Amino acid sequence: MNSDPKLEAAALTPGDIARRIAREIPPGAAVNLGIGVPTRVANHVEPGRGVMFMAENGILGAGPRPAPGEEDWDLINASREPVTAVPGASLFGHADSFAMIRGGHVDIAVLGALQVSARGDLANWTVPGAGKGGIGGAMDLATGARQVFATMTHLMKDGGLKLLEECSYPLTASGVVGKLFTDIAFIEFTEEGPLLREVAAGLTAEDIQRVSEPRLLVAGTIGTLTREPEAAEPGA
Amino acid sequence: MPEELPPLGDKVYLDSAAAVADIPDGAVILLGGFGGVGVPENLLAAMADHPARELTIVTNHAGFGERGLAVLFRQGKVRKLICTYAFHKSAFVFREIYMAGKIELEQIPQGTMAERIRAAGAGIPAFYTPTGVGTQAAEGKESRGFGGREALLEHALPGDIAIIKAHKADRLGNLVYRGTAANFNPVMAAAAPLTIAEVEAVVEPGEIAPEAVHTPSIYVNRVVLGENLELRSEA
Repeated sequence: MNSDPKLEAAALTPGDIARRIAREIPPGAAVNLGIGVPTRVANHVEPGRGVMFMAENGILGAGPRPAPGEEDWDLINASREPVTAVPGASLFGHADSFAMIRGGHVDIAVLGALQVSARGDLANWTVPGAGKGGIGGAMDLATGARQVFATMTHLMKDGGLKLLEECSYPLTASGVVGKLFTDIAFIEFTEEGPLLREVAAGLTAEDIQRVSEPRLLVAGTIGTLTREPEAAEPGA
Repeated sequence: MPEELPPLGDKVYLDSAAAVADIPDGAVILLGGFGGVGVPENLLAAMADHPARELTIVTNHAGFGERGLAVLFRQGKVRKLICTYAFHKSAFVFREIYMAGKIELEQIPQGTMAERIRAAGAGIPAFYTPTGVGTQAAEGKESRGFGGREALLEHALPGDIAIIKAHKADRLGNLVYRGTAANFNPVMAAAAPLTIAEVEAVVEPGEIAPEAVHTPSIYVNRVVLGENLELRSEA
């Protein structure tokens, strides 16, 4: 199956997805951002909201990347990029950091996904075959954060499905995904099953169902995921 | 080094080579660092000039580039790597020797690794964690439910030697870390009978306020002032 031109035309950009995820982050939350699109979520959370970004390598209160030449190379995030420490930040070692994560003190982990299952299983650390990827902090974050937001493109490049009845890739954690943000849909995982809450402008619930293996519940009022010019994203 | 006799308890070694001189073949080495930050790079360089082989290295990831840990991989000195992230694109030296079947790999979740090392230093033989339930990390492990939630039995992970990095030490081995450079270093300091700390500055006892000490001196056996600092992040 080839990719569908209708879906492709409607698909959000990574910046659009990051902007939508940011709207789901409540004021004052402690949030861990994974690499890729999740990292960009920070660009869309206004400083006045009191959100504290934590990185598992030992910082609560990570701020934006410093200007070139002003990097402190002892201060990085889990993607190994230099960061700043916001006023009120704290620093700690790995045992404390993962106690914070495993102990349920981190409100939200935003993680990239490779596959998500009908009951919210997350696969994001490797693909079958030797010598791919790494576990890193993903299993602890997916298991320990109070809420897990996952993000991925809805389809593989070859059109293959990623929202499945059962993940075929090795799992990161079972039944943990609370909200899934793809380039064409926002889906919330409920007791009854995956609930389609929003679809990309120009698409219908049927369009999303067609490229999703599990039967999707449909919200009474379906919202629209909108696109904005990429220039609107600060600091990207 | 002072001309007169060093003060009682002075743990400062002359250089990195002297600090690692007696590491034996087959040692299990806990190696601090995360993404080039908090890596004891001068001690690693000394290990490259050292004959010890058949080493087991416990560290966050499989090195990067051609420096540091990668040199030991190239030299065939490492029998087994225990890490949390093996196949980052920057760990191409590890990938090459792993694919050639020349090294054993045990990949474990990062928080589980930190806690297994912490447990070793804290006299806890094993513990249960929910991390990894239902995944490859659960294979071969005892599992038990607590309050309706499954958890895996994980065992303490001690080392023979911890090779760590701190920002500053006093001569007695009290350590202070900087930025996010603590990472695995404090837990590793406590989890081996011999802990060697590379630092960027050595001060006299009392110059680090007691409440500012991150790793108390009791965990540290040797301190060495790093000669060069080159490994950094984004490599």
